[in-house]
Amino acid sequence: MLDIGLAHYLVVASILFTLGIFGIFLNRRNVIIILMSIELMLLAVNINFVAFSSFLHDLTGQVFAMFVLTVAAAEAAIGLAILVVYFRNRGTIAVEDINLMRG
Amino acid sequence: MILTALMFYLFSLVCVVSGLLVITARNPVHSVLFLILAFFNAAGLFVLLGAEFLAMILVVVYVGAVAVLFLFVVMMLDIDFASLRGGMRQHIALGLAVGVILLCELVFVVLGWGGITQGIASANPNGAVDNTQALGLLLYTKYLYAFQLSGLILLVAMIGAIVLTLRGRSDVRRQNIGTQVGRVRSQSIEIVKVTTGSGV
Repeated sequence: MLDIGLAHYLVVASILFTLGIFGIFLNRRNVIIILMSIELMLLAVNINFVAFSSFLHDLTGQVFAMFVLTVAAAEAAIGLAILVVYFRNRGTIAVEDINLMRG
Repeated sequence: MILTALMFYLFSLVCVVSGLLVITARNPVHSVLFLILAFFNAAGLFVLLGAEFLAMILVVVYVGAVAVLFLFVVMMLDIDFASLRGGMRQHIALGLAVGVILLCELVFVVLGWGGITQGIASANPNGAVDNTQALGLLLYTKYLYAFQLSGLILLVAMIGAIVLTLRGRSDVRRQNIGTQVGRVRSQSIEIVKVTTGSGV
């Protein structure tokens, strides 16, 4: 119990990942919360990467966790920009209204 | 040893609870703030794992940039969030089913797997350098192209976000630099001989 092993970290990461999935189902209409759930899932992936990197004595996992961070930042910026443009055009961000390819 | 375990349980508990509050909070501003709390505690977990550079990057990039970006968007868009919460009841059963099944699968995989029984690596797997230096040595040599590519991704994301949100408004008067620089002397200066006693 007091000896923290790799499995402990993996369980925490899987709980966070599941929370991300659950958040997408729970807030189907709100794009902002869905984006936050995606961030939670990416955080869980990062915890997995770093835990394996630490327990396998291999720094490659941390390098790739950094790449995941980069892509997550880019994804958040682009996603929020699209959200702002969509809100400016339509006045809503409900997901079920986003069903037209044309603005 | 016992301190490490206590810190692990503290960080992971706060991380999981704030992750739960992110998806269930009524106010999206509270969601963003709980997201920030989750990131801070994940950074604590990273420190426990000996990845202190990544922990600092997590705080700087996620808390300093991404979460603040979320906060700006949530606060600046005038959205009726109450109407967006409708229909949550009908999704909760499906979400719970999928979530419980996924969690059970993941936990069974983790527990059923024999695992690696080594202890936690020290912060300096190479022995001589610290975590940041070791990461830099790896990043700038073996993963140089991937590193440059991630910089390119960030550049494309930045330009894309600017292009998406920039709007040329026609109802404002703006400085037109081309016209301003393209002015010649003959268009802008006129020499007038003024006779004494009469106006121009």
